[in-house]
Amino acid sequence: MQKILNMVAQRLALGLVVLLVVSLIIFLGVELLPGDLAQAMLGQQATEETLIAFRKELRLDLPMHTRYLEWLFNILQGDFGRSLANNREISELIGSRLGNTLFLALFAATIAVPLSLTLGILAAMYRNSYYDRAINIVTLSSISFPEFFIAYILIFIFSINLGWMPSLSNVSADTPLGERLFVSLMPAITLTLVVVAHMMRMTRAAIINLLASPYIEMANLKGLSRARVILKHALPNALAPIINVIVINLAYLIVGVVIVEVVFVYPGLGQLIVDSVQKRDIPVVQACSLIFAATYILLNLTADILSIVTNPRLLHPK
Amino acid sequence: MSEAEIKTSLESADAKAPPPKTSKWDEAKLELRKAPLSAKFGLLVIVSYVFAAVFAPLLTPYGESEIVGEVFMEWDEVHILGTDNLGRDMLTRLLYGARNTVGIAFITTCVAFLIGGISGMLAAILGGWTDQILSRIVDVLMAIPQLIFALLLLTIFGTSIPVLIIIIAVLDSTRVFRLARAVSHNVVVTDFVESARLRGESMGWISIREVLPNIMPPLVAEFGLRFCFVFLLISGLSFLGLGLQPPTADWGSMVRDNATLITYGDITPLLPAGAIALLTVGVNFVVDWFLHKTSGLRDGQ
Repeated sequence: MQKILNMVAQRLALGLVVLLVVSLIIFLGVELLPGDLAQAMLGQQATEETLIAFRKELRLDLPMHTRYLEWLFNILQGDFGRSLANNREISELIGSRLGNTLFLALFAATIAVPLSLTLGILAAMYRNSYYDRAINIVTLSSISFPEFFIAYILIFIFSINLGWMPSLSNVSADTPLGERLFVSLMPAITLTLVVVAHMMRMTRAAIINLLASPYIEMANLKGLSRARVILKHALPNALAPIINVIVINLAYLIVGVVIVEVVFVYPGLGQLIVDSVQKRDIPVVQACSLIFAATYILLNLTADILSIVTNPRLLHPK
Repeated sequence: MSEAEIKTSLESADAKAPPPKTSKWDEAKLELRKAPLSAKFGLLVIVSYVFAAVFAPLLTPYGESEIVGEVFMEWDEVHILGTDNLGRDMLTRLLYGARNTVGIAFITTCVAFLIGGISGMLAAILGGWTDQILSRIVDVLMAIPQLIFALLLLTIFGTSIPVLIIIIAVLDSTRVFRLARAVSHNVVVTDFVESARLRGESMGWISIREVLPNIMPPLVAEFGLRFCFVFLLISGLSFLGLGLQPPTADWGSMVRDNATLITYGDITPLLPAGAIALLTVGVNFVVDWFLHKTSGLRDGQ
């Protein structure tokens, strides 16, 4: 137990360091600008006085480390500064959008995870059958499709030809849950199709890897049914890699939402970051990047820790 | 990839070595005939894309961004796939798109392999501090999701083709680095590298003559996979309006520009997206076949 706690603590500390370094990169990236932020915003023809005034307003006249620490402490208190494009509070811009994005990712995950586990286990049970080969080809193709292709095919079939689903996913804070689920179903399915292939393949590979081990052969020789061998004997040991894959794909979902949100005009964080990149609204892009990166790092950290905690060899040391 | 796997892949390569009489060309033809249907299909797709990319100007009478008619014209004999949102010939744009989109993705992947491959091999051969520093830099770069990092950097440096190529290549080289370092690591500890070191061969000799030939198969397969990834990422960025900029014909931005047509039940905007998907599927099929031939890398993952 002590060993596990130590390892978990080690990973947590490492994750924290990575988070700090990433925040530093996101903050300092702007310093790579030729000239500085004020120059980039105001253009070449800005006079010296306006530049100085603008620098003072953005507090660019302070040394770099002071500004970084200030930025970081403000963010920890929920204050991301102001947008350059419309001077609104960034936290206000992000507020409901972050919730929307997490909702969409979670929705997609609740469809994708059980689906891919079932498909993966089935593919492992009926290895080298036609079902297995068909799944292999389908998954290979689905990882090759750009997200927007899948999204527009879905729109074309279900919104335009059949007229079952709305092609725009407009949700607001007061949309009731049922309607919210209905309008975000198509984006969620798109995301599901994007991640299921990978998760399924890994589940299959993890189980097949184990099927070659002697204790599984023993279980087979005892005359246990195939389902029992896979579910009771192979699955618990395959759990660590599978959980790892699931969490990594959840992390991917968080990023994958960007394009899907743009296609379906879903008011989430992804759309905000794309809009802000187009407007070169650097503080907003920084804030969004930090949120995306932090979520991504935390999920990967969770994957790490879960795979330590669920490892049967570590749980029952000799 | 473990040492055992490298060994088996080397052995299987030895076992498959043909009798010395047959030429390389005959050998290639024989392999091709034995290839599964999916791999043949993949090769056919790749060849036809390269053909379209090279001969785009000869295949169509119109210029890349020449306005030839009304906006959003239907499919007919003159404009086989109709016209786009500015009245440019859709088929022409598709053909030129093969040149731009695929070409840029290919160059980017090459640059990524140059950076990642060299630094990965160096990290494995030199070890020690070089390895530590390079590996930690890569760890941090990989901790940030690629698309988000690309968006951040594009905001800072603006969107132009050289900037795009460098940003994506550097971000993607991290994956190449990890692979190159891991596979070189298995080779660096072997006796023949040790003896080359004792002979006093230079760094360049060791990396090019001793290590590189032994890590080629996994790197070639990875090249196919990375190309797909880079291709999808650049298309995605173009679709968001942040990749290749107009008036360059590019598949991602063609989907974006003509997306409104879909709401009228017209599938034309799906064609460039389909073109992206088809090429990626084709490359994946070929890579799958290659991996299957050289080792069990895919299943072992």
